[in-house]
Amino acid sequence: MDKSLYKNIWVYVELTEGKAAKVSLELLGEARKIADASGEKLVAVIISDAAEKAIDEISNADVDEIIVVQGQEYKHYSTDAYTFALTQLCKKYNPSALFMGATDNGKDMAPRLSARLDTGSIADTTELYYNPETKDIEWTKPAFGGNLMATIVCEKSRPQIGTIRQGVFKAALPVKRDNINIIREKISTPLETIRTIFKNYTANESTDDIKIEDAEVIVAIGRGVKNQEQIAVFKELADLLGGAIAVTRPIVDCGWYSVKCQVGQSGKIVSPKLYIACGISGAVQHTAGMTSSDVIIAINSDKSAPIFGFADYAVVGDMFEVVPALIDEIKALKGI
Amino acid sequence: MKILVCVKQVPDTEEIKVDPVTGSLIREGVPAILNPLDACALEAAVQFKETYGGNVTVISMGPPQAEQALRQCISVGADDAVLITDRAFKDADTLATSYALSMTAKQLAGFDVIFCGKHTLDGETGQVGPQIAEHLNYNQVTSAMDVKLDSGSLLVLRELEEGRQTVAASLPCVITVTKTNYTPRYPSMKSKMAANRKEIKILSASQIEGLDMDRIGMSGSRTKVTKSFVPQAGQAGMIICEETAEQSGRKLAKLLVDAKII
Ligand SMILES: Cc1cc2nc3c(=O)[nH]c(=O)nc-3n(C[C@H](O)[C@H](O)[C@H](O)COP(=O)(O)OP(=O)(O)OC[C@H]3O[C@@H](n4cnc5c(N)ncnc54)[C@H](O)[C@@H]3O)c2cc1C
Ligand SMILES: Nc1ncnc2c1ncn2[C@@H]1O[C@H](COP(=O)(O)O)[C@@H](O)[C@H]1O
Repeated sequence: MDKSLYKNIWVYVELTEGKAAKVSLELLGEARKIADASGEKLVAVIISDAAEKAIDEISNADVDEIIVVQGQEYKHYSTDAYTFALTQLCKKYNPSALFMGATDNGKDMAPRLSARLDTGSIADTTELYYNPETKDIEWTKPAFGGNLMATIVCEKSRPQIGTIRQGVFKAALPVKRDNINIIREKISTPLETIRTIFKNYTANESTDDIKIEDAEVIVAIGRGVKNQEQIAVFKELADLLGGAIAVTRPIVDCGWYSVKCQVGQSGKIVSPKLYIACGISGAVQHTAGMTSSDVIIAINSDKSAPIFGFADYAVVGDMFEVVPALIDEIKALKGI
Repeated sequence: MKILVCVKQVPDTEEIKVDPVTGSLIREGVPAILNPLDACALEAAVQFKETYGGNVTVISMGPPQAEQALRQCISVGADDAVLITDRAFKDADTLATSYALSMTAKQLAGFDVIFCGKHTLDGETGQVGPQIAEHLNYNQVTSAMDVKLDSGSLLVLRELEEGRQTVAASLPCVITVTKTNYTPRYPSMKSKMAANRKEIKILSASQIEGLDMDRIGMSGSRTKVTKSFVPQAGQAGMIICEETAEQSGRKLAKLLVDAKII
């Protein structure tokens, strides 16, 4: 196959209630860099029953072009309709790469689409790099339970397709380019070809706590906490800083927090402004989820704990003494 | 109902350690296990059979020792097992794997439902299920936590990141399964012994009708691993270790406030 026939970096923008998913905005930010490096256009693709609001939103995301497919059959995601629409688009425009968020829908669609287009798909990527020599994208993802990172390329076929985990990249600041090209494609999927019919959806009961993926400050606690009563002081620190509590897997296994608060390989990837790791050893499965935080503080009594290798501030000491003093001093300095 | 379950034998990643000197993975002595979510997929299939009747076949693509995983499946409710094993399958990515599995499914013919795990422990892609569905032109539903039959089609409860969704899905269909409702059952002494005596059908590449050799193994793969490495920690930034932990806490507060981090 002649790779030079394939051009432009596409981001499939997933909508929830008409708004772009957080991961899609993060991807647009990163894909912009790749498009600049490869000298291609950055194209956002929207499939929806009602796309107008999203078109406005995405126009501010530093894109060159937006391709929109609208129709009633796209009201709810279905593998058949969405794969059909994207297949038509890919065949018409021949993008060199297509990024999707590693959401439930993204992970449902990317492999199906790749098999239909007979091309490669890379799942759950956490790093992207455009190699100017080979002109291939190098996708890096954790494997073997996070013990190993594998770099994968799709060198023989196009488009290069892959899903990228939420929280790895930062959404770009709003930029509106001049002359954004908005292309409306009329693609209707025959209803009788849609084999899965949406019946109903119930959102998980949400607590009022801040979601860790949205928090600017995270106080993360691990096995250094021996019982539930000991959590109070960390909660106090989180509240003082306007942040959220996150945990390691053993804490979830104890049943003290839900997996929604778990950071790492089998939990969420987070990149807050400040991450304070308390009583966390720093196993690769945990650090896989937090190394892109802006500032990392680790508090651990064991000076050889691996977490210190990631820390901007490494506090060696008993966290049950460090944290109360930290709270006290912050209050004093800030006059709270 | 004719049911197929795709299972893979994987290294137990909980047991994998990194060599502190060379920084590479120590794979020796790491036990091979039935991929945990495939055990859940099998449980879903067996419950489905118990409710609606039918027959459960398990299939695996892998080295000869994957036979162990298949026997384990038979001991907890599978009726037949097929192992496709051949050097030509080696180094397959998900596309080449799903192609080989789907061609075998075609030859075995007539499956109404194909269950897969949501993802494997080693590759962690979750791509093989949807790709099998595409090769066979089957319907697909991913992340299922409950599967029922309702007037000729499936009613599937999906466990999604933010909630739960119910969909109606027509047959034939590939379903990928999450753990929640499908805790695998244990075999009995008797079922284990029976499983050991059971004949497992072994197929090489040439025994799969119409298999295109260019679409399997490394040559059929569209992706390639170019590099793998163990994630490494760097050097700690500033180390704070005052005489007492309390002093360290206070020092940290000052540093953070001075640097306008908080
Ligand atoms: C496939 C797989 C996926 C996984 N996914 C995840 C994941 O997503 N997220 C995750 O977190 N883990 C995950 N794990 C588990 C991971 O390997 C580690 O077991 C886990 O992260 C360890 O948690 P921890 O740091 O809280 O506990 P430990 O490793 O037990 O560390 C506790 C630390 O607390 C320190 N400590 C104890 N008391 C004090 C004190 N008073 N003051 C200060 N320090 C103290 C100790 O020195 C120690 O360093 C996964 C494992 C596998 C195999
Ligand atoms: N070699 C294989 N043999 C049989 N089934 C497999 C194989 N690889 C993957 N699968 C199935 O596909 C699912 C997803 O695998 P993966 O895409 O590797 O995460 C697994 O849970 C299995 O059900």
